[in-house]
Amino acid sequence: MSELVFKPASELAQLIAKKEVSSLEVTTAFFDRSEKLNEKTFSYLHLDRDKALAAAKQADAELAAGNVSSPLHGVPIAMKDVLTTKDAPSTAGSKILQGWIPPYDSTVVRKIREAAMPILGKTNMDEFAMGSSTEFSAYGPSKNPWDLTRIPGGSGGGSSSAVAGFLAPLATGSDTGGSIRYPAAVTGSVGAKPTYGAVSRYGVIALASSLDQIGPVSNTVLDSALLQDVIAGYDPMDSTSIPTSLGSMAEAVRRADFKGLKVGVVKQLSSDGFQAGIKELFDDTIAKLVAQGVEVVEVDCPSFEYAIAAYYLILPAEASSNLARYDSVRFGMRVEPEGNPTIERVMAATREAGFGPEVKRRIILGTYALSSGYYDAYYGSAQKVRTLIQQDLDKAFSQVDVLLTPTAPTTAFKLGEKLDDPLAMYLNDIATIPANLAGIPGMSVPNGLAKEDGLPSGVQSLAPAMQDAQMYRVGALIEQLYVAQWGAPLIAQAPNLEVANG
Amino acid sequence: MSEITPDLVRHLASLSRILVTDEEVEKLAGELGVIVDAVAEVNKAVSGDVVPTSHPIPMSNVFREDEVRPSLSQQEALSGAPDSADGKFRVAAILDED
Amino acid sequence: MAKDQLMPYEQAIEQFEVVIGLEVHVELNTKSKMFCGCANEFGSEPNTNVCPTCIGLPGSLPAVNKKAVESSIAIGLALGCQIAPTGRFARKNYFYPDLAKNFQTSQYDEPIAFDGKVDIELEDGEKFEVLIERAHMEEDAGKLTHVGGATGRIQGAEYSLVDYNRAGVPLVEIVTKPVFGAGAKAPELAAAYVRAIRDMVKAMNVSDARMERGNVRCDANVSLRPRGQEKLGTRTETKNVNSIRSVENAVRYEIQRQAHILAGGGSITQETRHWHEDRGHTSAGRPKSDADDYRYFPEPDLVPVVPAAEWIEEIRATLPENPALRRKRLQGDWGFSDLEFRDVLNADLLDQVEATVAAGAQPQAARKWWTGELSRLANAQDVSPDELAITPAQVARIQQLIDSGDLTDRLARDVVAGVLAGEGEPEEVIEKRGLKVVTDEGALVAAIDAALAQQPDVLEKIREGKVQAAGAVIGAVMKAMGGQADAARVRELILERAN
Repeated sequence: MSELVFKPASELAQLIAKKEVSSLEVTTAFFDRSEKLNEKTFSYLHLDRDKALAAAKQADAELAAGNVSSPLHGVPIAMKDVLTTKDAPSTAGSKILQGWIPPYDSTVVRKIREAAMPILGKTNMDEFAMGSSTEFSAYGPSKNPWDLTRIPGGSGGGSSSAVAGFLAPLATGSDTGGSIRYPAAVTGSVGAKPTYGAVSRYGVIALASSLDQIGPVSNTVLDSALLQDVIAGYDPMDSTSIPTSLGSMAEAVRRADFKGLKVGVVKQLSSDGFQAGIKELFDDTIAKLVAQGVEVVEVDCPSFEYAIAAYYLILPAEASSNLARYDSVRFGMRVEPEGNPTIERVMAATREAGFGPEVKRRIILGTYALSSGYYDAYYGSAQKVRTLIQQDLDKAFSQVDVLLTPTAPTTAFKLGEKLDDPLAMYLNDIATIPANLAGIPGMSVPNGLAKEDGLPSGVQSLAPAMQDAQMYRVGALIEQLYVAQWGAPLIAQAPNLEVANG
Repeated sequence: MSEITPDLVRHLASLSRILVTDEEVEKLAGELGVIVDAVAEVNKAVSGDVVPTSHPIPMSNVFREDEVRPSLSQQEALSGAPDSADGKFRVAAILDED
Repeated sequence: MAKDQLMPYEQAIEQFEVVIGLEVHVELNTKSKMFCGCANEFGSEPNTNVCPTCIGLPGSLPAVNKKAVESSIAIGLALGCQIAPTGRFARKNYFYPDLAKNFQTSQYDEPIAFDGKVDIELEDGEKFEVLIERAHMEEDAGKLTHVGGATGRIQGAEYSLVDYNRAGVPLVEIVTKPVFGAGAKAPELAAAYVRAIRDMVKAMNVSDARMERGNVRCDANVSLRPRGQEKLGTRTETKNVNSIRSVENAVRYEIQRQAHILAGGGSITQETRHWHEDRGHTSAGRPKSDADDYRYFPEPDLVPVVPAAEWIEEIRATLPENPALRRKRLQGDWGFSDLEFRDVLNADLLDQVEATVAAGAQPQAARKWWTGELSRLANAQDVSPDELAITPAQVARIQQLIDSGDLTDRLARDVVAGVLAGEGEPEEVIEKRGLKVVTDEGALVAAIDAALAQQPDVLEKIREGKVQAAGAVIGAVMKAMGGQADAARVRELILERAN
């Protein structure tokens, strides 16, 4: 197996730019590994060697002609199946979209193509991104490269396992309540959710429109920063897209320093409910920062207590409406019941057969939260909680540059462990959800292996809206401290997938 | 205590156009009851004078100029349709025969 | 379907007070759709003006058409409404195959315009003030065709076909407050109101305003309550009444139908009804029930519209003159009696008369052309007078030729016929058809001599004071001249001869 696959994207980009290796060689290396190991991790729903290699050849040809399209020119990437691609099925992990090939590319996919980055395939996810484990994918769960009996996090477990398993150097994710950051934490990789509106949602199969945000998945902070620089930017096709540039994240990473840095620890997210090993690693991270002269203060965000409740009203409400279009008329699956059914019965039978249990649960919950007589008590109140959370964060960020929390309350759990307890599953997102409700950027960076189970843990860096650069700066600093300790990123300690058994 | 009765689940499923069996209704009523009890606490958090936030980053007046852009071809538009005829999407009858 | 029993209209009005409410949907004539760049175009091949957004493909997003917002604000201003400091889009959720996303992007509790009024004058001159509750922006749905069963009706169809070309076309929905006190004139008021809205949006050029194409559509709410009762009765909503005459008929029908039910001790079902113009009745649609829970919530894919005061004033400056004020001004300028002016209004000829006067015709002459000969010709062709192939300038030119004595009324009608037949400008028609008045006195005298020879006693009668006897000779002369003589000159010559 080519050693190329273990190199970070930033290094591959340089090798390709210097023509020491070709995009074709790199892409082929990842393809060879993916075709071999995808049956173990089930990271990909769809792999298309021919198209990826054609794109790689094209990237090489452009380079030969002196055209460099982006700082990641020629580096291959895996796309979460939530993004529409006009040359590949786009299913969002749902049976209702099985085989659907959209007639258009999402803006992110267009930008990736324009950056001369070959697309390896589409990664697995919980159906319509509803879940924290990929166990709700209609096509089966992805596995954690650290332990194939455990979940790789969700909803973006396909992307996290692809990157952590070196089946791709980079991937995209979508984060509605933690779907990029939680999988990154439990697979020892890096994942960032940019400020809401920093990356276009056009062509992102919607879960909850006011929470969804696309972001990078990688093994190093710099790689995520480089990818965010490629995919971010104003898009007139998305009316919630931020019209101004947030600057270069890669620059922020390269210039990161400790000077004058003030960090906040959220009182509500630093004690109860976190696995002991995770708590210990978090305290270690803080201690390392203090040792560098970073000022750390505790901040109080009392309304975080209501974040999960608000989230599980807003998300289902918006999702119930966003998912109404899956009705068998214009695209996707159609199920015709016996007899001469009316369109109403065809729609109901299609949605019964095409949606999985979690999707149905949330659609019905969302329908309830919006229905007349309940709106004010549920959806209305949840939107007010959002305001309170923003107010808490405004106050906190008036004292500190970033907030740090453990990304996830536990390390990766066993497949099947929480499948019958929706509420327990929802609690995985306790630390990640506030960022989505408030629209602020957040990223997870590996901070060690928990003492109980030897599984990866992550620390989350949260910055004020539009200050993604600040988030990357702190992510890069934490990474530096750990690489200094370990001699390499955490992912280098992952078991050899080629010999691992599920 | 939860107010999620089987009848309410049936009504909500019908509003959401999802066919449900009696068995599913019972199961959903139980699961949703637990979830609703948990999320209902948002009520405790807010008083009347808090302004709701429907959009996390405050923006306004985002417009597109009134210009025609290329459309899909009819073939592209219909490419994903389960059934079509005469350049249109074909669906079952809207009303029952009676 | 059982035929409805109706109470005689006068009796219904005697027993019940009528309350109406009108919802008018105006399709805007923007170049592109409300939320995407597809063409807003009537009559294209099915599903060719569509994109991921207007067919609701997964991942697609809306983007608001600025011109549509401006037109909506303009309509709000023309209705005398306040413009909302913050207008917000909302999703109205319900499943129907013509609705691509299974929700309509509309507005709910924060419409772009609210609290306006429209002054309406009925044919008999009675004036009403119709209060406007709100005007809001939304998108149109696609078009369903029902196949199989009886003649394209939804009932009994085997399957249906959907064309989304119309999906996402911008609409402004104008909703009135309940209208009380019109009594027997409620149907006429409803029709006059819809006409006023149509004329207004047409004059503003924000809509093509062609009702036959569905550019302006009306839903009419009707409820009755026994005279003296305060509580409003249960209302029905008659959907998609798509001509002005239908509005009047549908409201009248609902009054009679409901009155019969209420008088018999029955109760009205709150429901949607459909108007069948061909059969002259309404039929029940869906009953309003719990199922109509639209679960409105703010559209998270769009941000609020917050119109700055300067923007609103810029839009206000583009508004054409208020139609009511314009009518008052024109009637004064032209010196028409109320009756004359109402004739013009009722025939929808204000623009034509105004343009004809502007091209140089006397107002009374312009009025007579349009309400007389041209209306008659239009009627015969089954078109409206403004659709005739003659311009106000051509009408004015023909009138000038009459005034100068170059044409007689009779010749002028021939010229009009020639213009309509596509023979060119009035002068060309006159030339080609040889329609010039005969001014050669010699020819006239010869014709008069010949006529008098046939009727020798006429001159004697005139001398005795029976001047009307000249008429018979004039007729004969005109006939002999093929109509191309000036009758007044002929009469003068005859009278000269008698003296």
